[in-house]
Amino acid sequence: MSLAATSGDGPFARELAALDTMLRIRLLEEKITELRKAQSIQGSIHLCIGQEAIYAGSCQALRADDAVFSTYRGHGWALARGVPAQGILAELLGRESGVCRGRGGSAMFSAADHGFYGENSIVGAGAPIACGAALASVLRGEERVALTAFGDGAMNQGAIHEAMNFAAYRDLPVLFICENNTYAELTPVAETVRDAELHKRAAAYGMPGERVDGNDVAAVRDCVAHHAARARAGQGPALIEMMTQRLVGHYYGDLQGYRPRGELTEARQREPIARLRQHLEASGVAADALAALEAAAAADIARAAEAALAAPLADPATVMEHLYA
Amino acid sequence: MPEASSSTGVAQLSFGKAVNAALARALEDMPEVVLYGEDVGKPGGVFGVTKDLQRQAGAARVFDTPISETAMLGVAVGAAMSGLRPVVEIMWIDFSLVAMDQLVNQAANVRYVSAGRLAAPLTVRTQQGATPGSCAQHSQNLEALYAHIPGLRVGIPATAQDAYDMLLAAIRSDDPTLVIESRAMYHGDPQPVSLGGPIEDACGARVARPGRDLTLVAWGAMLFQALEAAAQLARDGIEAEVINARWIAPFDWPALLASAGRTGRLLIAHEANVTGGFGAEIAARVQDELFGRLHAPVRRLGVADCRIPAAPHLQAALIPDAGRIAQAARELVGEQRDRRVQP
Repeated sequence: MSLAATSGDGPFARELAALDTMLRIRLLEEKITELRKAQSIQGSIHLCIGQEAIYAGSCQALRADDAVFSTYRGHGWALARGVPAQGILAELLGRESGVCRGRGGSAMFSAADHGFYGENSIVGAGAPIACGAALASVLRGEERVALTAFGDGAMNQGAIHEAMNFAAYRDLPVLFICENNTYAELTPVAETVRDAELHKRAAAYGMPGERVDGNDVAAVRDCVAHHAARARAGQGPALIEMMTQRLVGHYYGDLQGYRPRGELTEARQREPIARLRQHLEASGVAADALAALEAAAAADIARAAEAALAAPLADPATVMEHLYA
Repeated sequence: MPEASSSTGVAQLSFGKAVNAALARALEDMPEVVLYGEDVGKPGGVFGVTKDLQRQAGAARVFDTPISETAMLGVAVGAAMSGLRPVVEIMWIDFSLVAMDQLVNQAANVRYVSAGRLAAPLTVRTQQGATPGSCAQHSQNLEALYAHIPGLRVGIPATAQDAYDMLLAAIRSDDPTLVIESRAMYHGDPQPVSLGGPIEDACGARVARPGRDLTLVAWGAMLFQALEAAAQLARDGIEAEVINARWIAPFDWPALLASAGRTGRLLIAHEANVTGGFGAEIAARVQDELFGRLHAPVRRLGVADCRIPAAPHLQAALIPDAGRIAQAARELVGEQRDRRVQP
């Protein structure tokens, strides 16, 4: 990441850094799409295009030693935590240099040295695990916050209920982030609940619940910062519902015939990158500067992909490694 | 019973008190150990196994949880990834089924899928088996389900010494480990237990009784039926070697193959039902490795493929006991004798 290049002391430093992260996530996802199309990457992949502000904004509000647990739609979280694009791409390509030597793949990789404790391919399962990280933080006196992200569909999993109650009764520093893109896989979440204002459920656990515009990077950052500070101070968990739209299918190859006509077109009007760019331009940031930012990000992602493709495959002779201590 | 983990030497402890002594020692010697579960803190566990530990180690490290097995086990995974060594009590193994995701999809994957950059050194203590009147959801023997999962360790202690040693081994192990205790034995007669010794690795069988005519392998409470059967057989002049398997995943194949290779006959006894029971894996492996050296086919004794009834006399009709083990052993030895006289 070239955050250093964009996060100086200027008046828009934070916004430019966020834009940089969001652009890189978008470009990474587009590169992954290209590699998947070419069959260089195989298997199912879940892209986060359209939801980038959630990752960039949340991670700007976290400390380096906080622990993030994401869903299988996790490439954006990883990149926003500072996991190198090359390590992510190499992982998806089954390379030895992949962050998990090809064991994790698109849907299950982690990079704990960057505070990214991993994706999870079981809906809702990461939330109790995040509670465990938070418990360790409290007992070890570390003041680390655990952030667990999940989709709107996961709100109907038992694991989420158990985790929210567990975090609440023990005042654990857990941020429950519901990335509400309005679809539980291919089914509108509103069709499977009586009340689609999911943040209201927080009240049942005795914790704060908030809904924010997940496409507004500043709103995301401020909300996460507020609740992270509370959690760090021992005031317990919070549920933040971040409203967004994915601009691509649930998985690569999803034809999205279930989406109403015009929904995507409308969603593109509100997408977070264009929105932030417009905001910055309107605030007086030179268009050239924004173009330069994008060009640098594109060049970095292209280089990362080239390097990942050139790297050796993970060695089948090592396939049994890492099973036991 | 010892009140503190600094206890050393030999004490007379029941199986349950040996578990308590191991937990007390772990809490005292390893600051990263936390112990929690339903009713384990203040009440000291529904079977009394964790009695006084909250008082000794404090409520921050020994605490009661909601009835939320998924949260309990998920918390263990995350805490273990983050530097703690959680010990979770799942009151009955039957209850682990509502949270199997956290053991099979989560804990067992942590090390492998992260290429060793993360680990989940957690211990699940649970108990299983039928006791008179226990219902079908409180009497299953499910060890084969977990032994099937690469990445997990599964131990089943039989003696009070095993209960002490194996639990400490599990807690110190850097892998997710299940220790499946026996409710029937918690409050049995005190046995001599050597305390404070070096902590063993979480693997390894033991010869519980040496013999030359056949090998009997069992684990948990069934070990004592096998030993009783061996005593009956000895009166008939048949010397059975009894192996206490202790850890069934990873299993101590060298120890079992050495014994069965020497005796030429193997009888497996377990309380789980036969189909897909861990005995099936043992039979397949041993016949594969020792085909030319066996004098008789490997025999398995287990519960018939049936649900477990609550009524004690109906349970007794299903579960192998010493008499049935001895009878099967006699047939196994007789089979060999019959084969010898065939042309």
